[in-house]
Amino acid sequence: MTTINGPLATRRLILQGAASVALIGLGNLPFGAQPARAAANDKYPEEAFKQKSEADAIKALYGKTAEPSDKVKLDAPEIAENGGVVPIAVSTTLDKVTSISLFVAENPNALAASYKIPDGTIPSVANRLKMAKTTNVVAIVESDGKLYSATKEVKVTVGGCGG
Amino acid sequence: MASTIRVRATANGDITEVLALIQHPMDSGFVKDSKGELIPAHFIQELKFEHNGKDVFVADWGPAVSKDPYVKFSFKGAKKGDELNISWVDNKGASDATTAKIS
Repeated sequence: MTTINGPLATRRLILQGAASVALIGLGNLPFGAQPARAAANDKYPEEAFKQKSEADAIKALYGKTAEPSDKVKLDAPEIAENGGVVPIAVSTTLDKVTSISLFVAENPNALAASYKIPDGTIPSVANRLKMAKTTNVVAIVESDGKLYSATKEVKVTVGGCGG
Repeated sequence: MASTIRVRATANGDITEVLALIQHPMDSGFVKDSKGELIPAHFIQELKFEHNGKDVFVADWGPAVSKDPYVKFSFKGAKKGDELNISWVDNKGASDATTAKIS
């Protein structure tokens, strides 16, 4: 192996930097071109419910990533005494909403529930979920083919995978 | 047998608010019984609300939804006296359905 001296190393770093900037710039392009899937289907998204991590579950369900948005309102308690019954509500001011999904980051399987919102249905839903421990609850709203998310940490006193 | 589904649908102008409460164990498959054996997963997978032959709300659920699940949503286009059909199917193939009158 050759030893890298000062000026060369600097040049390499600059090149690497430029390369990653280029990658980030290009990265946005393919996403827009991808067709909306899964949530628009009528089938039960079995694969998405089997994924362990929240990121994998979002990918399996929608095939794309979400960006945080303050137009998604996630209503969850600061502290849930009983992780078996955590009231969670999601609403949004976004237009053309087609689905709303809820993920609990550190549950054995992150995806908890996914709701299809047909035309004429108000994009707002309330339900109760189980939480294994203190972790983030993530709400994803699919609006006009794009994903928007809101995240809130809920402290769980007694884990709820005991049901 | 009494239905497992209890629904209240209230029309307020153009918007109908629906509250549904379903009796179901929603076993996650991670819980052990008193003998230390795992209780197999048993949960509702799909819950559907239909008004005038059109789906107004469809829920896909995993085992992380609480026991005896509750859900609330609202939709437009229904009026007092209309019927709302509700049905669910669980992962063992069991199902139930009911019809509620919007009040």
